[in-house]
Amino acid sequence: MTDLTSLTIAEAREGLASKSFTSLELTDAHLAAIEAARSLNAFVLETPDKARDMARAVDARIAKGEGGPLAGIPLGIKDLFATRDVRTTACSKILGNFVPPYESTVTSQLWRDGAVMLGKLNNDEFAMGSSNETSCFGPVVNPWRREGSNTALVPGGSSGGSASAVAALLCMGATATDTGGSIRQPAAFTATVGVKPTYGRCSRWGIVAFASSLDQAGPIARTTRDAAILMRSMAGHDPKDTTSVDRAVPDYEAAIGKSVKGMKIGIPKEYRLDGMPAEIEKLWTEGAAWLKAAGAELVEVSLPHTKYALPAYYIVAPAEASSNLARYDGVRYGLRVPGRNIGELYEGTRAEGFGDEVRRRVMIGTYVLSAGYYDAYYLRAQKVRTLIKKDFEDCFARGVNAILTPATPSAAFGVGEKGGADPVEMYLNDIFTVTVNMAGLPGIAVPAGKDAQGLPLGLQLIGRPFDEETLFSLGEVVEQAAGRFTPTRWW
Amino acid sequence: MSVDAATVRRIAHLARIAVAEAEVPHLQGELNAMLAFVEQLSEVNVDGVEPMTSVTPMEMKKRADVVNDGEIPDDIVRNAPETQGHFFLVPKVIE
Repeated sequence: MTDLTSLTIAEAREGLASKSFTSLELTDAHLAAIEAARSLNAFVLETPDKARDMARAVDARIAKGEGGPLAGIPLGIKDLFATRDVRTTACSKILGNFVPPYESTVTSQLWRDGAVMLGKLNNDEFAMGSSNETSCFGPVVNPWRREGSNTALVPGGSSGGSASAVAALLCMGATATDTGGSIRQPAAFTATVGVKPTYGRCSRWGIVAFASSLDQAGPIARTTRDAAILMRSMAGHDPKDTTSVDRAVPDYEAAIGKSVKGMKIGIPKEYRLDGMPAEIEKLWTEGAAWLKAAGAELVEVSLPHTKYALPAYYIVAPAEASSNLARYDGVRYGLRVPGRNIGELYEGTRAEGFGDEVRRRVMIGTYVLSAGYYDAYYLRAQKVRTLIKKDFEDCFARGVNAILTPATPSAAFGVGEKGGADPVEMYLNDIFTVTVNMAGLPGIAVPAGKDAQGLPLGLQLIGRPFDEETLFSLGEVVEQAAGRFTPTRWW
Repeated sequence: MSVDAATVRRIAHLARIAVAEAEVPHLQGELNAMLAFVEQLSEVNVDGVEPMTSVTPMEMKKRADVVNDGEIPDDIVRNAPETQGHFFLVPKVIE
């Protein structure tokens, strides 16, 4: 039998349907792969017993012809998703051994459709980071290395565990979340496909909150088709999340292979940065040529407020985070550091429980919301956000179907290489992705090539609100032209 | 704008995070780096621009005003660091 872990979800679905193998065999193959890859630190909790129980149950359903759209497919779950009776920490010390008595809506839909949970995946603490180095469980290692080098590279973040595990064939797909680029940037760093859906497409209920007006769940997978398959199960209206949109979920997979002929693709001139590596520039031009060859029309567009998206984000996101994270007080769950009075208990617990990056963001968020500074910072940032969104609306109003940009300003970098002296250095990683969150739009990162050192690079496509289907069609064109990229196993 | 050491201590208190005196200069540097970065927003003309309150134009759905959950006190307190019966325990609060 060929190695079951190298199959795509679409291929495994066929194999399961034709009884070539069982979900239990598929699950066991992945559990073995996870065990052999502990040096990557992608999983923070392995749940082999639960995985085998779920696989056996779904095998019985498949035998009766009752398997759902994801029947028997083993997945990894970012540790930001609450999973009933399974420890959920957001990779923060402050949640300690929190064991939710409930299940997030997105994961419950995956189990409804027959998926199998392999375990919980590492991420930056509370999803705050772009390298997965802020996790209280330590950094995740990228399965990709520079050619001829043993230097450990980051997988990106915050969904670093998800990206690393999918790239290293430890799970067939993974859930992830994206507040400023946390799905698309790690996908680009690991040659995987990452989708950040339109705000409101997936329910946020049961996902540990970071910045509620920006957070959105989405899949990381090895192909565009697999991402489309996962999206269909993850999306949908949920009465428990008032920002979730009541709109039918399309069959995203049907968009794969659909013609993109006549589509207008915008190339935003503001994304051409000074000092951008020539390789990124070349990749971008190549991607545009592939779409053109498939019949799309390229047009130069302008998104004049692009450069203000990242600074506005670093006001809005910390402000919302400072408010969301107020709940971690040592009283109802998680870590408690005793104090002589309630004030000491709060302050001691939060000092001990939050890592440096989280503390920094909670403090800056507290500052920009404080009396006397609210108008100068927070209100102004929300106005700038209106302008950023309008840039995109103007562009779409002129008939543009989607916008093509690089996904990241560089390939993966070394563990410990960035952000040590100045936090802003790390933040610049999200320069191409953060605009999409600020405007609530859907975006997809697709592997498109490699740099001179053999590291993967990705392209990003940005779509109209709720038009993920166009992104899947265009992403498939890029994937067909660029081919797929798999790291050489060293772990 | 930038923050001084006293402001750092004040923010830490507002955020209910204990900060040791030795950490203040370091934190002050980091916060000022972030404030310097966001400073460029002051060059944007925002006259007459509405601040964003909802990224998707939608009317917020309202749930029916009915009891649809509850009777799960064991679940509610099961993760608490200190409890007595179905109550959370905290140090004595006297104001």
